[in-house]
Amino acid sequence: MISDLENKRLLLQGNEAVAYGALAAGCRFFAGYPITPATEISELLAAELPKVGGTFAQMEDEIASMGAIIGASLAGVKSMTATSGPGFSLMQENLGYACVAEVPCVIVNVMRGGPSTGLPTCPSQGDVQMARWGTHGDHPIIVLATSSVEDSFSITVKAFNLSEQFRVPVIILSDEVVAHTRECVQLPELKRIRIVDRIRPSVPPDWYKPYEGDNRGVPHMAAFGDGYRHHVTGLIHDEHGFPTQKENEVLHFQNRLTQKITRGFPEIMMTRNFMLEDAEVAVIAYGSVARSAYKAVEDARKQGTKAGLLQLITLFPFCRSQVTPVLEQCRAVLVPEMNMGQISREVQRVNQGKSIVVKHNRIDGNFITPQELYTQLVKL
Amino acid sequence: MTIPAQAIRHKYLRHNKKFPHVWCPGCGNGIVMAALLRAIYRMELSKDEIVLASGIGCSSRMPTYTDFNTLHTTHGRALTFATGLKLAKPSLNVVTIMGDGDATAIGGNHFIHAARRNLNLTAIIVNNSIYGMTGGQYSPTTPFGSKSTTSLYGHIEHDFSIAELAVTAGASFVARATVYHAALMDKLIEQAMRKRGFAVVEVISNCHVQYGRRNKLGGAVEMLKTYRDNAVTVKKAEKLSAEELAGKITIGVLTDREMPISTEEYKKVRQRANEAEGEL
Repeated sequence: MISDLENKRLLLQGNEAVAYGALAAGCRFFAGYPITPATEISELLAAELPKVGGTFAQMEDEIASMGAIIGASLAGVKSMTATSGPGFSLMQENLGYACVAEVPCVIVNVMRGGPSTGLPTCPSQGDVQMARWGTHGDHPIIVLATSSVEDSFSITVKAFNLSEQFRVPVIILSDEVVAHTRECVQLPELKRIRIVDRIRPSVPPDWYKPYEGDNRGVPHMAAFGDGYRHHVTGLIHDEHGFPTQKENEVLHFQNRLTQKITRGFPEIMMTRNFMLEDAEVAVIAYGSVARSAYKAVEDARKQGTKAGLLQLITLFPFCRSQVTPVLEQCRAVLVPEMNMGQISREVQRVNQGKSIVVKHNRIDGNFITPQELYTQLVKL
Repeated sequence: MTIPAQAIRHKYLRHNKKFPHVWCPGCGNGIVMAALLRAIYRMELSKDEIVLASGIGCSSRMPTYTDFNTLHTTHGRALTFATGLKLAKPSLNVVTIMGDGDATAIGGNHFIHAARRNLNLTAIIVNNSIYGMTGGQYSPTTPFGSKSTTSLYGHIEHDFSIAELAVTAGASFVARATVYHAALMDKLIEQAMRKRGFAVVEVISNCHVQYGRRNKLGGAVEMLKTYRDNAVTVKKAEKLSAEELAGKITIGVLTDREMPISTEEYKKVRQRANEAEGEL
């Protein structure tokens, strides 16, 4: 049981750390469908959730998995699903529902090579832009990337917290390397972990407006069955939750949906700096590629190149305020990715001629090594 | 028990919802909604414990008008949301309302798996043989040879029999009514809601606007009369041959069986998991 593991040193793989992170964050419902390389998350939660009074359900597909976690969240229970690219494609429909109905939930996508069935056992970062724009329509969303086993635990906790705080689905992007690498980690003491829960209404049921934002723009959320009978729909709705096509109400809703995330930027945007203070060249990386980048930066420093690393934890909303200073400071920036350039286009969008942005892309199913990044770095 | 219609309207319809509703005059959806509300009234359930979930389509607008915990989900997915709700909070009384296209085309997979999974849920399927909201395209229950906007020259596919599909997929309780048999319908809905297990009520309903008109079946009244004339009870149907049953609508309870329900079984899973933990 999770409570037996706190403060202990454990040899875990990334997928297991995600599952333990979810349990520590208070996740008590998981629905999923088997898929490589994410299956261990389901297996571990199928074993552990019943021990803590939670529920595991294996659904008929990923569409149903996403529907089930939204249903469970509406019942007041923190919920998660985990999948890989093909399943994530199927989840896009109900992911949009969670965005518009503002249902907190966490979706883990352990990325594998694509498109389609692709390279099921190979690492990739090919789903980055899909995580941002996969479901139709303008929508707010938060996308986090994990790079290690330790990260997989803490970022999962953070994902639940952000999801509850902003009533928005949060996507965790892992990849085959992070998911299956075993590392020694020490899980923190559970009571020391900061846990955020959705704010429930404090007004009497008759006064409750289920989609009226508070001063943060986030509506307070009652669970079904708690006496606050209300309507939840995927249609654009007014503050009472009922469908509307009145342009002032539609606009008010759409603006609030976007602004609740904009106002939360300082809390949402997370990065790590490594040797950036005096850097003349820098790597901007995320996920397992960032691990190689740490080593490449160290090696480049030894060789005399003033290199640094900006690791992105939050991919979306894009960390403009952390990336801009790096672009202003460095003469060149390397953006390595296991895709054809899905974050480098964001970096270029922010760059506006400040620095030279160099892409390094790999889509052959192999991991980006420290050696190949070092070779690139010293050339900048 | 006489049911005061006005009291039901005042009690269960949303006073803060801006009416009118979206349904055409003469639509069967209102009859289904009234039957559901009568069943709930008789069962004396608290409004707070009921969840009415739906998919997308004309009948799926029903939750908007009723004063329960209401959930208007994505097309075909009502049962997946309902599954999560029920598993996470088994004390909720969850009813789903779906159309024929919603439940058996786009949501067909969820429908058969919900029947197999046997959660304590009620599924009401309003079968009007057409996609009404989008303007009259053929659905999985459009009869062979019928005309629709996407089968102008006659439909070449065969229709599902939804209730029989539910029986085969393993539902605990399956019944069928038509909107003509309104009194029978509310009794069947009540039976379904009281049933412990996955319970399906298929309601044959009229879409005289999109289906009846194109197939020269008359208006709402004429279509209801057809249901009256073609309906046979389950008991009577047993004595009829397949030829005699052609074109008939079998109404009543098709199946009612006892099977373990998953929320109860999951309680045992929790117990076994904790026992296994103790042994380690």
